[in-house]
Amino acid sequence: MNYNVNEKGYYGEFGGAYIPEMLYPNVEELRQNYLKIMAEPSFKEEFDQLLKDYVGRPSPLYLAKRLSEKYNTKIYLKREDLNHTGAHKINNTIGQILMAKRLGKTRIIAETGAGQHGVATATVCALMGLECIVYMGEIDIARQAPNVARMKMLGATVVPALSGSRTLKDATNEAIRDWINNPVDTHYIIGSAIGPHPYPDMVTRFQSVISEEIKWQLKEHEGRENPDYVVACIGGGSNAAGTYYHFLHEEDVNIISVEAAGLGIDSGESAATSVLGKEGIIHGCKTLLMQTNDGQITEPYSISAGLDYPGVGPMHSHLSKTGRAQFMSITDADAMKAGLELCKLEGIIPAIETAHALAIFEHKTFKPDDIVVVSLSGRGDKDLNTYIDYFKL
Amino acid sequence: MNRINKKLKENKKLLSIYFTAGYPNLNDTVSIIQDLEKNGVDMIEIGLPFSDPLADGPTIQKSSTQALKNGMTTKVLFDQLKDIRKTVEIPLIIMGYFNPMLQYGVEDFCKKCQEIGIDGLIIPDLPVDVYHDDYKATFEKYGLINVFLITPQTSDERIRFIDSVSNGFIYMVSTASVTGSQSGFGEEQTDYFKRISDMNLKNPQIIGFGISDNKTFSQATKYAKGAIIGSAFIKHLNNNGKSTINKFVHSILN
Repeated sequence: MNYNVNEKGYYGEFGGAYIPEMLYPNVEELRQNYLKIMAEPSFKEEFDQLLKDYVGRPSPLYLAKRLSEKYNTKIYLKREDLNHTGAHKINNTIGQILMAKRLGKTRIIAETGAGQHGVATATVCALMGLECIVYMGEIDIARQAPNVARMKMLGATVVPALSGSRTLKDATNEAIRDWINNPVDTHYIIGSAIGPHPYPDMVTRFQSVISEEIKWQLKEHEGRENPDYVVACIGGGSNAAGTYYHFLHEEDVNIISVEAAGLGIDSGESAATSVLGKEGIIHGCKTLLMQTNDGQITEPYSISAGLDYPGVGPMHSHLSKTGRAQFMSITDADAMKAGLELCKLEGIIPAIETAHALAIFEHKTFKPDDIVVVSLSGRGDKDLNTYIDYFKL
Repeated sequence: MNRINKKLKENKKLLSIYFTAGYPNLNDTVSIIQDLEKNGVDMIEIGLPFSDPLADGPTIQKSSTQALKNGMTTKVLFDQLKDIRKTVEIPLIIMGYFNPMLQYGVEDFCKKCQEIGIDGLIIPDLPVDVYHDDYKATFEKYGLINVFLITPQTSDERIRFIDSVSNGFIYMVSTASVTGSQSGFGEEQTDYFKRISDMNLKNPQIIGFGISDNKTFSQATKYAKGAIIGSAFIKHLNNNGKSTINKFVHSILN
């Protein structure tokens, strides 16, 4: 079984490029060039250098001793939270800004939900001196004020998405409309492993540095490259895609993807796409998405702004459908508890997205000698208000 | 012969109007179609509303959101249209995004269109390549003409490919933009209109996006077989209601 994208842009039956003709020249230009550009020695050199000197890679692979003791198994945390800007998102924006420059683009657009991708995009635009416009749902702007301020300080223009439900999916629609209106000078930095081909593959490749490092780091720690499990939380699925990439075809590595159940799968307030979603088209790709019987896209819910996306990247739909990945869903309550637990046991405040991945240990028993690598995708600074409100701190 | 092909053979410039089904009120669909025909419109695009219309500007977005709130669904639309051919003769096209059609079932959707007497489809997010490989046979089985878009950025080679796959007309997007964002055409547009006109394609072209009044209609139809008005008509419905559809159409044609 092949878990990578095929030459037509599909992962099994998922993926493709379902885009209006107005976007075709841009997406086609990218499709024809992205692999070529990524293979250029000068590109690789610049990318690697920036990841090292600017982002702070490699991010540590940390054996979480007290957490491991508590759950009687061996848990390693891949510390993406220690990256510059506080999450894995920057791996992709560094890659895409270098791509945009090589394609001769001078104007950058992005969508953002919680603001993490927006901040990561504004950061690399400042670094490269390129104009940056970030679309963000009006509702998200109100609830993520610190990240809005960060983007502005970094020189980005934050444009409120006023259409539809005024959250991430609508911000994505607005970014796509901007690209339709500005087809020549603009590159769209999509923040997750979603969108029309080649975006899911390109984003996955930029994020694949995560699993590349896990391999050699685990070898140093344990004398073996492959863990028994890799675990990641999944909204659109970019940190998960990067965490799995070099293990996809390693049959001894089990993959666990953790979705946000919100208030519970059957509550009507959930973002567990693999359970509640059906095959359909969102933002230019065929994938599993939450929708009505009539094919209207519905608004998901999670306490974590980074996981409340109504779809999931096409690679993950394929991993779900083929059974290569086990999907688990974690409620708000369980995630918040796991987040606080990591603070107390390891002195690490995780992003609430990440806390979903950590919550699986309450629900699934691992063997004492299992090696479980969890992607600690982001730090919790941005979520302090949610933690404060939730725990009445 | 399909009504679209017959209409395209008429020796006149064609006015096509887009409206969102279920807007302003759920059950306005049939009366709007009848009024448009009565007042001399040549062809109608019935918009099947979608929650995430990513090629549309604010006007059509808002009308889609309202139509969905009013209760419009694919099934409701088909029900409303079931007797439309008893009273309406001009070509009718359904324009909508691909996901609702996919959920209805593409073959069932096409079959229903044929039963009702729909002549063609415009699906902005179904690319010509995917259509050609996966859906062309189904559309043709049910006698439906699929209409593709071209833009000022579309390469000549791709325009030739789209022309070869098309069997009705080509929807020429006037400017690189979403719907409803321009007012008036400049030299850049007219150069583009002329360039396409000079390609001598087998399918006639109808220009859309940015047509809002008599002036832009005349400019567009100088180079193309017809023009499509969408956002401007929705705005008219919003501001003036349905009772003055005649005034709107006459202001374009005179």
